[in-house]
Amino acid sequence: MTDISNGAGVPRKPTSKELVAASLKGRRRKEKRLQWIGIGAIAIAFVTLFILVSSLVSTGRYAFTQTHLTFEVFVDPEEVTPARLPRGNFDDALAASLGQMLPGVDMDDRATKRGVEGILSNGAQFELRDLVVADPSLIGKTITMKVPVADTFDQLNKGLIDRETPEQLRRVKDNEIVWFDALKEQGAISKPFNLALFTNADSRFPELAGLKGALVGSFWALLTCFLIAFPLGIGSAIYLEEFAPKNKLSDFIEVNINNLAAVPSVVFGLLALAVFIGWFGLPRSAPFVGGLTLALMTMPTIIIATRAALKAVPPSIREAALGLGASKQQVVFQHVLPLAMPGILTGTIIGLAQALGETAPLLLIGMNAFITSAASSPFDSSTALPTQIFIWADSPERGFVSRTSAAILVLLGFLVMMNAVAIFLRQKFERKW
Amino acid sequence: MTTLAFILLIIAVIVGYAINRVAARSIREGGNKLHSLTTYHGLFSALLILVPVLTFILLWLVLQGSVMDRMVMNGLQDGVLDGLDSGSTQLVLAEIKSISRGQIFGTPEDWKIAAADQYVAIQGRSAWLLVIAVALMALGLMAFARSRVSAQFRARQGVEGIVTGLMIFCSTVAIFTTIGIVVSLTYETFRFFDAVPVTEFLFGTNWEPQIPLRADQIAAEGAFGWLPVFLGTLVITFIALIVAVPVGLFSAIYLNEFAPKKLRSVIKPMLEILAGVPTIVYGFFAILVVAPALRSLGQSIGLDVAPNTALAAGSVMGIMLIPFISSFADDALSAVPYTLREGALGLGATRAEMMTNVLFPAALPGIVGGVLLAVSRAIGETMIVVMAAGLMAKMTINPLDSVTTVTVQIVTLLIGDTSFDNPKTLAAFTLGMMLFLVTLLINIFALRIVRKYREAYD
Repeated sequence: MTDISNGAGVPRKPTSKELVAASLKGRRRKEKRLQWIGIGAIAIAFVTLFILVSSLVSTGRYAFTQTHLTFEVFVDPEEVTPARLPRGNFDDALAASLGQMLPGVDMDDRATKRGVEGILSNGAQFELRDLVVADPSLIGKTITMKVPVADTFDQLNKGLIDRETPEQLRRVKDNEIVWFDALKEQGAISKPFNLALFTNADSRFPELAGLKGALVGSFWALLTCFLIAFPLGIGSAIYLEEFAPKNKLSDFIEVNINNLAAVPSVVFGLLALAVFIGWFGLPRSAPFVGGLTLALMTMPTIIIATRAALKAVPPSIREAALGLGASKQQVVFQHVLPLAMPGILTGTIIGLAQALGETAPLLLIGMNAFITSAASSPFDSSTALPTQIFIWADSPERGFVSRTSAAILVLLGFLVMMNAVAIFLRQKFERKW
Repeated sequence: MTTLAFILLIIAVIVGYAINRVAARSIREGGNKLHSLTTYHGLFSALLILVPVLTFILLWLVLQGSVMDRMVMNGLQDGVLDGLDSGSTQLVLAEIKSISRGQIFGTPEDWKIAAADQYVAIQGRSAWLLVIAVALMALGLMAFARSRVSAQFRARQGVEGIVTGLMIFCSTVAIFTTIGIVVSLTYETFRFFDAVPVTEFLFGTNWEPQIPLRADQIAAEGAFGWLPVFLGTLVITFIALIVAVPVGLFSAIYLNEFAPKKLRSVIKPMLEILAGVPTIVYGFFAILVVAPALRSLGQSIGLDVAPNTALAAGSVMGIMLIPFISSFADDALSAVPYTLREGALGLGATRAEMMTNVLFPAALPGIVGGVLLAVSRAIGETMIVVMAAGLMAKMTINPLDSVTTVTVQIVTLLIGDTSFDNPKTLAAFTLGMMLFLVTLLINIFALRIVRKYREAYD
């Protein structure tokens, strides 16, 4: 402050207060800038999350409906005879009936006939066969059938094929579009909810492919995983947290568990391939082996969650029980464990949700096989949800793009459900001490 | 039959429990003072039956398959298997098994049908043997447990001893898993190095894991130099980090210091959603959205972009790592003691200056540890690269080119391949070994950094 009395002309040194005041503007600006960069970073994360979900929804929603054709089928006794069942020219019977609905179509022309047949899904003839085999008296009668149409026509109906593209570049020809529109005008085309997506197993034809095999496979794998990882994980966690003496062995076990949690999942797949399949001779592609592998991966998660839950139970509970004469194990199993259960279950469900989405180890043990029926036991060959997604994502047919997105939406739906249950459990039952 | 064995076991456990409990109660009612509660007498019998018999059944189920296979194959006539390698022998076995299940394709030879009949017979005998063995074991153990019941018998100690043993077994599973990984990978790796010299693998710059289909085939010598594969992994990891580190770090800084509490409690769980998305979903996202977008972007500025670029795979992997890095950085920033914050603010620093000049340097070791863990994740990540990266190994660091990674090679080499004795399969295990070692080293190093730094403030 003494500077003020100095004469004019000499540039005075600015006071620190002035320095601060002068710098303040820039410094505040820097603070704002850091904040905005932070907001921008979070926005990037959310925009990608939004694009991810919306791209899946926008492609996947088409797979939740399926174009069907309802028409009268005359089970021609000339094509289908009772003596030859279950064989017969069911496809010809279907095509002939369909040809009746298309005016001006010459069914004697082979190319035309093949084109008309192509409107129907390849599964239609098997559907008719099953009907006739179940009730041979249908031969010679006319029945009403509702069958899925082939994938290209399904996409045409959903507007996924641009009618303006030149004919050579389009997968449906002009005359096929005319036929389809004729059928549509007659009201034979409908687009109901695609129940087959959940009740059919895999198929080479997109319009017939469903997730049943994958869902069943994932169920068996997760069940195996739970039955193995849950008891082993809890037992291990209780021992390490409550009973283990502080010695080299306990330390070694702990280091092992922490490292296992960070081992890449594909390495577990290699382990399963070499040990479970190569040495023990367990079957390939079996959900049981998948579940076993996933159990090894899930166990560290369960152990870590269980130990945290056990730690959270206050010592006063233990001391009270011990004081009343309970043994150490009675304390743990009758008092501490029940109180820690909500936390343990939450951790377990989160671990299982991770296991449900795990793909790489299942690929290595062969759960990406093409299997057209659902597994009836955990030892049958099967796919799982994530591996089914992988198979469909690799398939060249256009119809599988929307099926893949739909399968992913189903997978994400299960994950959201499991996490919601975990959060519910945590909020409902977890006590704060 | 297996079901019958399990049912027998359950019945034996319940009956054993009941018998011992009733016996103990009658002793008590006879006026003697029991050492343990009657429940413990019952539990003692139940556990004594359950543990050995269950172990026996499981071992039987695991081992019976290969024993039966061997019995059937040894029972075949001499000479029918001559000249077949292990793969064809396996096929014969599979055919015999499917005939035994009644699934007959074509007209199998008579000896195969005979072998299938024998297989069915062995199966039936094995099942009966199992049931009889289970029944005998259960009865013996039940009688033994019953004979121990007395007023002085320390049933509780017995039960607790068994339970402790079980828990110790549970905790050793983690060790056995690690041993299993190390042993299986090492074993296959050594077999691989019998076929391919170590130096070629470690220093070779050519990765073409084809094997000759015929012995006299020309120009099909496989080349197994892992450097281009590893370089591809590093390129993709680097791209992923370029995306993930700034985004993750700045969002952590904002969340930790500037975000209002309410906003933070909304944003953190939403970032965790990003972390919970399975990687196969990211992989599909990469081929459905990111790769085509990059391609059309490249075309619009006159660049030729490969359909499966390192850039697409790497950037999607970066998105996957954002929540990972942000939560690690957030934890590291929160772990810095409050005194440091208050000191900086008290000296007149703005909050941004406190963050960049005090908190960030103090939290740096923790953040570096988190980034290293993210690196190990990125190296080991499989599905994104399997779907979005290429298959050909190239020595290139051009992000617009297609590169391959260690995990991609493991998966493509092993999909659909069953035999364990060709260098292609073994190469996959060797790559797995390298992957395991590299990630393990990074993890140990990262955890050490994190722990050391935490101790500094405790």
